[in-house]
Amino acid sequence: MMPLLRHQSVFFLIMRRLRAPLILLIVIIAISVFGLTLAPGVDADGKPANISFFHALYFISYTATTIGFGEIPYAFSDQQRLWVLVCIYMSVVGWAYTVGTVFALLADRNLQQAIRTQSFMRAVRNLREPFYLVCGFGETGRLICDALDRLGFRAVVIELDDTKVGEIELHGYRADIPALCADAHNPENLTFAGLTHRSCIGVIALTNDDSANLAIAIAARLLAPKIPALCRAESAETAANMASFGTRHIINPFEKFSEYLALALHAPAAWHLLTWLTGVPGTTMERQRDPPHGEWILCGHGRFGRMLAHVLEREGVPLTIIDRNAAPPAPSVRWVQGEGTGAPALEAAGVRRAAGIVAATANDVDNLSTVVTARELNPALFVILRQNHFANNSLFEAFDYDVNVVPSRIIAHECLAILTTPLLVPFLEDMKRHDEEWCGRLLKRLTGNFGWDIPAVWSERINLSRAPALYRKLMKGATVELQSLLKSPSNRDDALACEILLLRRDDDDHLLIPEGDTELRPGDELLLVGTAEAQREFGLLISNEHALVYVLTGTDLPGGWIWERLSRNRAAQSETT
Amino acid sequence: MNLEKVIFGFFIVLAATLNFGFFVGDLDDPVHHEINELFVAIVVNLIATILKLGDRTQIGAIHLATSLVADLQLIAAAMVWGYAEHIAGTGMTPVMVARVVSLAGGALFANVVSVIILIAETIMQRR
Repeated sequence: MMPLLRHQSVFFLIMRRLRAPLILLIVIIAISVFGLTLAPGVDADGKPANISFFHALYFISYTATTIGFGEIPYAFSDQQRLWVLVCIYMSVVGWAYTVGTVFALLADRNLQQAIRTQSFMRAVRNLREPFYLVCGFGETGRLICDALDRLGFRAVVIELDDTKVGEIELHGYRADIPALCADAHNPENLTFAGLTHRSCIGVIALTNDDSANLAIAIAARLLAPKIPALCRAESAETAANMASFGTRHIINPFEKFSEYLALALHAPAAWHLLTWLTGVPGTTMERQRDPPHGEWILCGHGRFGRMLAHVLEREGVPLTIIDRNAAPPAPSVRWVQGEGTGAPALEAAGVRRAAGIVAATANDVDNLSTVVTARELNPALFVILRQNHFANNSLFEAFDYDVNVVPSRIIAHECLAILTTPLLVPFLEDMKRHDEEWCGRLLKRLTGNFGWDIPAVWSERINLSRAPALYRKLMKGATVELQSLLKSPSNRDDALACEILLLRRDDDDHLLIPEGDTELRPGDELLLVGTAEAQREFGLLISNEHALVYVLTGTDLPGGWIWERLSRNRAAQSETT
Repeated sequence: MNLEKVIFGFFIVLAATLNFGFFVGDLDDPVHHEINELFVAIVVNLIATILKLGDRTQIGAIHLATSLVADLQLIAAAMVWGYAEHIAGTGMTPVMVARVVSLAGGALFANVVSVIILIAETIMQRR
């Protein structure tokens, strides 16, 4: 990559490089004009007459630019024609040189980079809507940008790879995504991309380089301490380093999945609830079988494998590890050295009596080969398959796995959950503390109400910007119970197809699944689950005074100041009489 | 000695001297003001402007600004001349000559500022 130019103005850069051709052009035109005024000529009556500077400049201008209007103001004498002949060839050389230099300049990579950087900076500076700064446009970055675009958020992208930046321009996003081809290690580039911009509402570091993510986390912490930073970290050291200076959201896809697997093993209902709540909106959750308790085989003891082994051991699952390397001294579990892709190693690990297998190597083809062989030996195996590259998706879809682990998707889901529904994480933490039976009942009720389609999950805050109508009403001292609010604004006899999962208050503790008679207070934060339509209607009724009054009291408010005055007068009269 | 500096100084001073040469004389006497000198002054001023392009220092910016002012004034003077000769059809009456020369006088002031900056810059460097 070319280093960025620090010039603020591309115009002066171009003018500087064009100095020589421009001076040549001026000199040529000056000589031509001056020569033409000196050359002897005759007017219409045959009297000697020299061309004035005005006419000479006019003639040379249109001749040099090859427009050619003819000889003015009178037909030229032969002396004048001789001079014009010289002028024509001189000016052609001058123009050819100038135009050639301009084209060479425009093809210059340095200059193109400078122009692109400048237009990028201008685009970022002019952003007036809130936007996220996404560093790295790999598989995960693409998923995040797609989702942000769908949700109506703007994004700004920094990506090291030139071809991926080109991809963004080809991709049909609803809103324009400014993209810069630069190294996110460099804090200056992050500033160009709007890290310190007042509309920037979050930094998402998704590069495949842990050190770059670390650099972004530090830059975000120091330059923009108020905005949340979401950082991907694949090694425990990086994650610990990020945590040490207070990065709020560190996402390690393997650790996340290990947590999920642990949850699935000891609390299947909680796991189902979690997948239902965090799925991609618009899809249906498939009811897959729960991971069985029994003997498990783990192929590949890398970063992912180590975390899984740790989790499985903690859950008390008998585990056998197959790895190319020899066992560490005194392994805590059974260890088979060999290739997981071949039948001998699998047999040695006891695949015929095992309940489940995890293919966790960093090689997609090895993983597929392992599970295909294992399924042949034991068709009832529960298969967890790690997919490293999105490009291999068709291969993985063709195989009937039980759980597919795609790091890029896990990170994308996690980021979106944190960004769009900040209350979801505390809810899930709370949920995990409840027992299995409680989760089972909640899951049954929710899926009974809303079906197995992935629902809309969203957060609302009762404040002036999000819920002006409800906020004003509460500030006036009205009491509003939750159950009176969850009604359709088109017909208040119909219930709104949504439920409140969590209510958080500034002063006291948060309420999980609050009761219907809970009274709302200004500043409350709500986590809701329901249909997309209910989300729209709820948004309407907390922000629109007419809809809110109708839902609460059943009366339609008169619109406009005059009608309000009239109706107030009428009410006062009816009271006095 | 640096050839680039010689050329740079040459054009700036030449622009000022040509401008002065055109300007001196009675304000409204056409005989005292030679059209060819105005033409050459414009050309030299344009070249001086382009030589000043691309310098990113503060002094460079002022240099460029003075040159742009001089260009503007001289081109305006040339346009008044062209208007008098060809469009109004009155020829170079004393009124028109006075207009042209006063515009050129303004340009001369800008050129003098330019020369002063050049001298100041040279003194500052002491080399």
